[in-house]
Amino acid sequence: MTVATEITLRYFAWIREKTGRAEERLTLPPTLQTVADLLAWQATRGPEFADAFAKPGVIRAAIDQRHVKPASPLAGAREIAFFPPVTGG
Amino acid sequence: MAVRVQTQDFDIAAEIAALTADRTDIGAVVTFTGLVRGTAAGRDLVSMTLEHYPGMTEAELEAVEAEAHARWPLQASLIVHRVGELQPGANIVLVITASPHRHAAFQAAEFLMDYLKTRAPFWKKEKWADGQTAWVDARETDATAVERWTRSTS
Repeated sequence: MTVATEITLRYFAWIREKTGRAEERLTLPPTLQTVADLLAWQATRGPEFADAFAKPGVIRAAIDQRHVKPASPLAGAREIAFFPPVTGG
Repeated sequence: MAVRVQTQDFDIAAEIAALTADRTDIGAVVTFTGLVRGTAAGRDLVSMTLEHYPGMTEAELEAVEAEAHARWPLQASLIVHRVGELQPGANIVLVITASPHRHAAFQAAEFLMDYLKTRAPFWKKEKWADGQTAWVDARETDATAVERWTRSTS
């Protein structure tokens, strides 16, 4: 049994613009196990989130500032970020 | 080894001088500079704004720099990446590599740029003269450019 803890969610580039926020603190539903689960759940959080997370396949994620894959577990995460594929350089 | 993320411009000559100061062992210095292009497909660019993920950006740049040092006999290296709003012609990114011979310095500089473009959390938003703005899409060619380094370093 795990204790539900508050984590930080961060959004960048057009995902930040569509959700209307750069970051937020919240407690995730305990049913969410993986990054893919969280991406699907985000799309259910209202029209802005439905728009931002309409195509989860084009969204990348990082847990505690490290790149992760859709199948990566959420357990133990303190900060989860969502962003489009990077375009630096 | 050093990485910097900054809004201000950089002076390439000053950075090379700082990297090679008081050293006589370095035989080759390679620099790569990326600049903001002012036109694309006949359209004029007003500016390009770079957003990043503070903390993760520096960690990713340091990781790719450490990987380059593990693969090639580098004596020094530097990555400087600008963020914020940049005008056409402005510097975006600087990579410097130093080694005893040119081969390692050339290869490591290219490796650093290829990895930086696919891993470091930067995002570009373009503002066009016709009033439109758009986030730059990631290029498939950047992903294929990085794949070749998984096959060989020769």
